[in-house]
Amino acid sequence: MIKNRLFYSVVWFLSILTLAVLLMIIGYIMYRGLTQISWEFLSEKPALMGKKGGIFPVIIGTLYVTGVALVIAAPIGIAAAVYFVEYSKEGRLVRIIRTFTEVLAGIPSIIIGLFGFAFFVVFLGFGWSVLSGGLSVSLMILPILIRSTEEALKTVPLSYREGSLSLGASKWETTYKIVLPCCKNGILTGLILSIGRVVGETAVIMLTVGGALKVPMSLFDSTRTMALHMYILAAEGISQERAFATAALLVLIILVINGLANIISARIGGAHGK
Amino acid sequence: MKKRSIKLTVAALTLSLIAMGAAACTPSDTSDEGDSAETVDTPEPTTVVIAGSTSVQPLSEMLAETYMGDHPEVSIEVQGGGSGQGIKSIEEGLADFGALSRELKSEEEAVAAEQFVIAKDGIAVIVNSDSDVSDITVDQLLKIYTGEITNWSEVGGSDAKINVVTREEGSGTRDAFGELTGVVGKDENGDTVDNTVESAIVQGSTGAVIQTVSTTPDSIGFASLGAVDSSVKSLKVEGVEASNETVLSGEYKISRPFLYICGSDPAEQARAFVDFIFSSEGQAIVEEAGFIAVK
Amino acid sequence: MKASISEKRGRRSIRETAIERILFLAGITATISVALITIFIFGSGIPALLDSGFVNFLVGTNWSPANGSYGTLPLTAGTMAVTLTALVLGIPTGIACAVFLSEILHRKAARVFKFAIELLAGIPSVVYGFFGLIVVVPAVRTYILPLVRLWDPDAHTTGLSILSGAIILAVMILPTIVSLSENAISSVPAEYREASLALGANKRQTITGVLIPAARSGILASIILGMGRAIGETMAILLITGNVAVLPKSLLDPVATLTGTIAMEMSYASASHQQALFAVGIILFIIIMLLNAVAQGVSKRMGVNQ
Repeated sequence: MIKNRLFYSVVWFLSILTLAVLLMIIGYIMYRGLTQISWEFLSEKPALMGKKGGIFPVIIGTLYVTGVALVIAAPIGIAAAVYFVEYSKEGRLVRIIRTFTEVLAGIPSIIIGLFGFAFFVVFLGFGWSVLSGGLSVSLMILPILIRSTEEALKTVPLSYREGSLSLGASKWETTYKIVLPCCKNGILTGLILSIGRVVGETAVIMLTVGGALKVPMSLFDSTRTMALHMYILAAEGISQERAFATAALLVLIILVINGLANIISARIGGAHGK
Repeated sequence: MKKRSIKLTVAALTLSLIAMGAAACTPSDTSDEGDSAETVDTPEPTTVVIAGSTSVQPLSEMLAETYMGDHPEVSIEVQGGGSGQGIKSIEEGLADFGALSRELKSEEEAVAAEQFVIAKDGIAVIVNSDSDVSDITVDQLLKIYTGEITNWSEVGGSDAKINVVTREEGSGTRDAFGELTGVVGKDENGDTVDNTVESAIVQGSTGAVIQTVSTTPDSIGFASLGAVDSSVKSLKVEGVEASNETVLSGEYKISRPFLYICGSDPAEQARAFVDFIFSSEGQAIVEEAGFIAVK
Repeated sequence: MKASISEKRGRRSIRETAIERILFLAGITATISVALITIFIFGSGIPALLDSGFVNFLVGTNWSPANGSYGTLPLTAGTMAVTLTALVLGIPTGIACAVFLSEILHRKAARVFKFAIELLAGIPSVVYGFFGLIVVVPAVRTYILPLVRLWDPDAHTTGLSILSGAIILAVMILPTIVSLSENAISSVPAEYREASLALGANKRQTITGVLIPAARSGILASIILGMGRAIGETMAILLITGNVAVLPKSLLDPVATLTGTIAMEMSYASASHQQALFAVGIILFIIIMLLNAVAQGVSKRMGVNQ
């Protein structure tokens, strides 16, 4: 069967190509950056704008902004998905709301950044801060979380819900105790994609977090994330080596986060067969 | 455990919604609250905020770092955003100083109560390191950037199409370069016109221009002197090599100022910081950062 | 006794209603956000639109803010050219990877592969940008240009081009497309697969004839999200497309994009220029709204509204 052979070769070729591209990009970053990473690089304050010294405040800033964004977006995103899949009845209002959720997903980050600057930074008076940045970025990841949770909810068989309801559980008890636990994998995938999105975001962070090179003490402090630090180092020609070192570290962190998430999802996986 | 986590979730959700709702309904109140909360809660007495040009940002941070080392009671926050943001942050009262990497435009002078030229920056004309051209005139630059000269053979190089690289419109570097070479001129009505050739590649930052020129054969660009490294070749302009000495002496023509502007009389600590910049220690840092001291 | 049961029921129903209200609030958060963003962007950009005239702004071919000329057609064309080329490269690759993951690879190997693809999503766009500038741009100039010269001896490119941008964008949208398409394909009930095989279809026929059509809602969603990401991508594309605001004639021409122009020019823009950039934001917005409308229409026509 020529058709079969053609189909399989195309699928194999494109998949291997993707893997090759990935290895190439990661290999390149590691090759340029890994040799620069040392304990001092991780634990020390930057000197000369990051040309020398380490990136400790930048690491803390990244964690802080990511944490704030997730704390804001994750509950809202999961609750919204639950509402759409489990509670809402098909109607015009619900259709409109869902459409706008998709619209939010498509809004370019640069526009979210401009909005974040005008709304959170200036209008609400939060200033360039972890809070402004976290709120702005949470707008970007909200649709990701909603969509992944929704997709996961939809895969839970109707019979599970019927069983629980017929045993006298309320709708919320059914959702919370029966349906949501089956969706952990899907929700986790959404969280991973979201973290990746926050950590890698530059445009929004630049406009809303400011870019101060210090450890943020409160929600109202300005700070800098690793992606922004890397951009400034490279774009302003401060230090190509340090830029790649930061990038390499960033990729390593993503590797660890994804790895952990994978292990967790493997543990709880098979909750309701695949 | 599960119960607690769901309660937390619901609480967080409700809180954030209420916060957003309340904030949206009563904007002025909230912003006042935010301000007062900040001044009451922060234990360290003074924060000086500097926002604006990303070209000035590295220098500002180096200055701030040293200054804060000697004055632990002062916290200096340096933020980017661009020269336009520098103006805006002064207008909006978000910063003590706005940083600019270009001259103030006439329409902007009203915003700035005072301006300080903290350093100067030469603009180097750079070409790919394989180029056989090493000297260029201002007139040739004008013709290259307006598209009149399109081949390296017309300026003494080999027969190859010139790949022109420029900065984005509004960039301080581009403004300075354009005005000094005549690429930016006046039309018959006296309005300013930028005649940069349409096909010029545009890059949005110093690093991107240098990277592009270093990897693209037959290309020409311009970038902050302090950032130019050995990956590209820097041209003599009218026979003068670009260096800190030649910029300061005025022999090398293409340079721009780094400015701090403020909206009203600067606060005591802010004033002290500016004094520090103009001290010999501060100006030594300016030179260390690769820019040109003004005092 | 009776009273206490009904009391319990009452409390329970109050709790249920309260929860439903809270969930509803969460549901409309995104809508409120979009409304706020819309109001803000339109409010800031409309003066510039009125100033240059809506039609002029939209179809003018000269973008030169320093000279007071705001024609955005080259920017729109640039964005569309880069995005569509990226989709042409990214969709087949993405779907192939999704099929590979869910149907061909063993579970363990699939996990490693999926892990790798999720990693792609975590790489910051700035890194893609510099990687593109240092690796892809020279590669297009050195390897693709000579090929094109076989047809068109006058072809010229610096490598900063639609093609370079699209290659990087295609890689950037892959995780979105693969991850969601794979979820959709593996969520197709096992009975579909079994029925198809029982009817004598081979694996390839089952994949192309049953699984992909059954998963089209998820696949389409992944493409829409991917396309949104492509249109909205800023920091990477800014570095590799050359930002030349001229209508492109070939894939090797440099282009300026809507997002790149906003990001690059915003920081230094004067007041009127800034309004114009917000107006560019409006165009971006409208393009994405249209995209969503089309997507909605398509998915309705396919009858997959679950």
